[in-house]
This record gives sequence, structure tokens and C-alpha cells, in this order.
Amino acid sequence: MMDKGFEPKILVFLCNWCSYAGADLAGVSRIQYQPNVIPIRVMCSGRVDPRFVLEAFKRGADGVLVTGCHLGDCHYIDGNYMAEVRMRFLKECLEEIGLQSERLRLEWISASEGEKFAKVVEEMVEAVRKLGPNPLRSGGSNEGRDVKEKARGRR
Amino acid sequence: MSDSIAQASGAVAKAAEIMTLARCEGRVKVGQTEEAPRIGVFVCHCGINIGGVVNVPEVVKYSMTLPNVVYAEDNLYTCSSEGLNRIKEGIKKYNLNRVVVASCTPRTHEPLFRATCEEAGVNKYLFEMANVREQCSWVHMHMPKEATRKAKDIVRMAVARARLLEPRKDIEIDVRPAALVIGAGVAGMNAALRLANQGFKVYLVEREPDVGGMLKRLHRIYPTWQTASEVLEPMVRAVKSHKRIELLTSTIIKSVKGFIGNFNIIVDSMGKEVMFKVGTIIVATGAIEHEPIGLYGYGKYEGVITQLQLEEILRDGRLGMLKAVVMILCVEAREPNGRAYCGRICCATSIKNALLIKRASQETDVYILYRDIQAYGKELEEHYRAAREAGITFINYALDNPPKVLDEPFGRLKVKVYDVLLHMDIEIQCDLIVLSTPMIQHVHGKELSRMLKVPLGTDEFFLEAHLKLKPVDFATDGIYVCGTAHGPKDVSESVIQAYAAASRASIPMAIGKVRSEAIIASVNESKCMGCGLCKDVCRFGAIVMEGRRAKVMELLCKGCGVCAASCPSSSLIMRHFTDRQIIAQIDAALR
Repeated sequence: MMDKGFEPKILVFLCNWCSYAGADLAGVSRIQYQPNVIPIRVMCSGRVDPRFVLEAFKRGADGVLVTGCHLGDCHYIDGNYMAEVRMRFLKECLEEIGLQSERLRLEWISASEGEKFAKVVEEMVEAVRKLGPNPLRSGGSNEGRDVKEKARGRR
Repeated sequence: MSDSIAQASGAVAKAAEIMTLARCEGRVKVGQTEEAPRIGVFVCHCGINIGGVVNVPEVVKYSMTLPNVVYAEDNLYTCSSEGLNRIKEGIKKYNLNRVVVASCTPRTHEPLFRATCEEAGVNKYLFEMANVREQCSWVHMHMPKEATRKAKDIVRMAVARARLLEPRKDIEIDVRPAALVIGAGVAGMNAALRLANQGFKVYLVEREPDVGGMLKRLHRIYPTWQTASEVLEPMVRAVKSHKRIELLTSTIIKSVKGFIGNFNIIVDSMGKEVMFKVGTIIVATGAIEHEPIGLYGYGKYEGVITQLQLEEILRDGRLGMLKAVVMILCVEAREPNGRAYCGRICCATSIKNALLIKRASQETDVYILYRDIQAYGKELEEHYRAAREAGITFINYALDNPPKVLDEPFGRLKVKVYDVLLHMDIEIQCDLIVLSTPMIQHVHGKELSRMLKVPLGTDEFFLEAHLKLKPVDFATDGIYVCGTAHGPKDVSESVIQAYAAASRASIPMAIGKVRSEAIIASVNESKCMGCGLCKDVCRFGAIVMEGRRAKVMELLCKGCGVCAASCPSSSLIMRHFTDRQIIAQIDAALR
């Protein structure tokens, strides 16, 4: 199922206070990583509505990475705990509709962890590359139809 | 030093500037909602930082094809006064009501571009930034094609979001006229004094039982040749007697919560927990000397010491009569695969100490083994010349062929070094070997960085928001840095930086207010079912239930958006980060 020369597209949600600054630090430190990730800045990882993640997969994202402050370090006390609960639940839902849960990843990245951000991106790109394209993207395939039907059934 | 002076004067100038800005507050324009979006896109080359990787003209051309974009151009530096004028002219000429700048991170430059938009009559919340430097050109430096494609993606997303932005009005927060200064070395004490003299209450917290930091251990300091105690004593007296400085020694920071204006601090002061509130924080925790354990016989021979240990010996007059002294510079510094940075003060310090030894006893031979002598500025070059005239021998060694320390009978030592200028090995018998190692971050630095949510650089020193534009600010508002916590510095450089940090910290405290972003939640009452889930997840008590409807208490809302993500009926609207705006970004990203 792996496309030849498949370049995954991965959406990254970054919290403004820690992870976005961490990603900036990767840039300031000129740490190179693969260009398959596209950033979206939100104020808190707790802002990431599970709906956003589902919308991303529906529109063909091959992976979604949600990043926030380390537990205990949230700028908003415990928004990141909220993110953890939601993403854990969401991973189960993804499996149920037939999307590999590895396509969704949650990571804590602080403002000082530029290297960690780059490392997480590299790992995620490689993991998703192995999984192949989001089956929803190749709308016509059996697999894609299957996932869509299952998702519809769950509504 | 000159760059530090530039830093300080820059900080002062900036201070005056912001104070002036504050005086003409209250001209926030709200409007432009009903008009169809007319978006202008300004793509920055940032010299070669972006333009050297991303094909900027192609991104400009692409931007013009995006819906609602009526104008696009590239700038060499969009943040230069010329670039900012181009934005203002563009707004007028093309009647723009939304502006997108594709350049660096919003964490450093968004305020500048927003202010520019406001000056040209566009509400600052109608500005959007596309980060194509930190998160694109700088991290894909060898992939110009992919970086250009990604830059287009990022611009497309910014335009999609800009289309849905709404004008808003800032919220004002009171700033407590009190500061916390962490570390009572020369930098911390100076920062504390400057603030206290301006009338602010200062909590000066020091981990050690006494103030003075590194300076306490030094003998004489260059370029003035004063003794360290001459410099230190008046400062210590002033700090200890100042009625607005509360000095807490043997005290460690336990927790820091809150934002600019209202930080809640808990410290452990000699086993007792103390709580207080401040408006701003200055980090002046200093640095320590790196210990070269196992190198050049350090730890094995008594006659091998560090430059700081030599300072203490000189201070206490314990040196005695020596036949020969060898100083080795750049010990575990400027190593491409190790500690890459320059120790900055080591060249000048060793030249100064060599001169002190030589002047005390003409008979003592002093050798300085160096890789490069960095005698920057006027005074240091003069010392270097004086040292050579005084008969101090400078021997140039190479990184890949460092000197070797050999055992000699009767407690003497021998150094063997290959002189790269003479192309030969030289052997020197000596009684003392002095190693110059660079300063490094404290073991506690990392923990403090985590507590304050401010970053350390790859060299582990505290990292400023922007080397040139915000040299003493952190990216987090209300927290500033000075002294060797920020990297190796001599005394005068630390003092200058302390002045700059104090000057920066005094701005919000003098104004007494900071404007806070109007990024807060609101409720669509016609859709709210009154389930109360938002009230339960809000940690700030900002949501109350009025009958069967949720209501947001605007002053308490911090803008995290946790409530909006939990609302089952999507009736909680997170202003400036609305569901519609974020989904538009997702949609644009994947198109």
C-alpha cells in the first residue's frame, strides 16, 4: 500500500507558550528536519478540539501531531491534561473507524526543547511514511470507502 | 563591551519609545467587519535568511492568486522602516483591510507589524503572520524547492485565516510595581538598585548565604585594575541598606505562577516558605567556572589549577615565589565538536593575571599558550601589548595538537607544546599551570528555565527573545535576563546589561498597566444548551451559569480556549482563535 515517493502531509498543532517557542528554537538553532509538517498555532493544546483533528483527517492529512507544554507546566494550569484526555479518547475512535491511531500523536515540547521538536517531527514523518497515505485521501480505494462508511455509521 | 553598550542604550531608547506610545493610547479602531476582505501579503526576504532558501518572488506571485488577496509584494526586510512604510502605503493605496506578513515568528515581530497596521488604520487583530523563517527556511536550508512549497502552504493558511479575522479591542491589566531579581551577584545587585532607585519594591533572592556572586572570588578586575572588593563593597552596602530592597539570602525559588503584572512567587527562605507578588522578574543567576577534571593533570597534580583558583590565590596573597608559570587558554572551549562557544573573558583575564605575576616578580617566567588571542576593544589590546613588552611569552598551539603536561621530579611540572609559528616542540619546566576554562550554566539553570517557561540555548545559557532586537527580554512578557546567566561576560558588561534589564522591567511597572490581548471566550447565547461543561473545565473561574446560559467573565478569562474545545454545541466562541478560523487553516493546509 505504500506509494512510491509518498510524501506524507502532517499537521502540527503548537501551543503558543511552549511548543511553538520550541519549534522556533529549532529554527534559531538551525536544526534541520523534514518539510512534511505544517504548523498551526493555538494558544493552548487544550484548545485543540477533537473535531479539528477529525477535520484534518477527513481532508486528507496523513498525520496529526498535537504539541503542548509539559504536564505541570501549562501556561493555563492544566489545559494540557485536557488535551491528553481528549487525544487518548480520539486515538481509540480512530482505530474504531479504521484509521491507525499512530497517525495521531501527542507530545510535550517545552520552549527550550528545539532538538526534541525536530526529533519528534522526524520520528512522526518516518512513522507515517511507513503507514502510507491516509486512506481517506485516496477517496476511491476500497479502504477509503470503508473508513468513510464506518465514520458515517458512528455519527 | 561596545555591543553591550549598544544593548543598554537600545534598551533605554526602547524604553522612552514605549512610554511615548503608552501616552497616546486609546485610539483603537474597530470597524471594517462588514466590508469584504481586501488582503495584502508582504513577503520578507529577511536578507538571505528567507530569500536564500525560499523563492520569495514565486511566493508573492502565488499569493496574488489566493482569494481576497488584492495586493502582494516582497521586501528585503519587511521589519525595516522602509518595509513598514510599504505596508502603510499598501493599506492606503489598495484600501487593504487585512494584512499578512510572511516573515519570521510572531513571538518576536507580531507587535511591530500590528502597530504598523494600527497606524495605517487597520485594527491589529486583522493582522496575521506567516512564519516562513523559524519554521521553514531555517529548518529546511538545503531543500529550497520543498521550503518554497511549504512557504506557499503557510501563506495560504495565513490568508485563509486572515479572511475570517475580526477586529477586537485590547484589555488592560494592572502591573504591580514590584520586581523579583533572582541572583545577587554584580548583575542582580545592579538591576535591583536601578529598580529600587526608581521607586519600585524589589525582592532580591540569592541561593548562597551571602551576596556578591563570582565577583567575591576575584582579585583585581580589568581594565581598571581595581580590586574586586573595591567595586563590590559600595554595591553591597547600597543593596543592604536600601529600604525598598528586600534581600533574601539562602533562598531558593519554589514556584512561579502568573503573567506579567501579576506573578505569584513562592520561595524557600532558610527553610521557611515565603510568598509574594511581583509585576516583573529579572534573571541574574550568573554562571560557574567549568572544572576541567582529568585534563592537563587537573585533579592529579597540586600545581595545576584554574584561572579562578589563581584569582583567589592572588587575592589572598598566597602565590609565593615561582620560577615559571604556564597558562593554557581555550581549555574545553571553542571546540567544534564540544563546547563550541568562546569563554570571552579568558584572554583578558589571563593577560591581566600574567601581568600581575610579572609585576610582582620580574624573575618569574610567564608563558601563555593560546589558540587565538581575542583582545577585543581598545583597553584589552593595550593590555596585550603591555604583556608582550613585559616579557610574557605567548605560544600559539593548535586545536588538534594541544599541549601535554608531564611529570617531573620534586613536585615540578613540565609542559610540552608544539608551537605552530616556530614549527617545533617546546618544553617548559614550571611550578604552576593555570587552565582557562569557559563559564558554564549552573546546575540549577535548567530547573529555573522550566519554572519560568523561558528557554536555554544550545550552550545552556538563558536565551534572549532576539539577539539584536530584544537582547535582554525573554519571549515571555515581563521576564528579563542579565549578566553571565545569559553567557560569558566581564564585570562591566554584566553591569551594562543589568542596567538594560532594569530599564526594560521598569517600563510596564512605570506605566502601571499592560494591554492584554482580547483573546477571550464569548458565548453564542442562542445556541448554548446550558450544560455547564465549559464552567467545569475552566480553571480561572471565568465562566458562570446564568440560568440555562453560560456567561464569560471577560477580566478573568485567560484565553486558553479549553472551554471552546469542550462545548458540545459549539456555542463557545474563542475570539481570534475561532473554530471557523482554525478549520479554515486546516482546510487551506490540506488543499
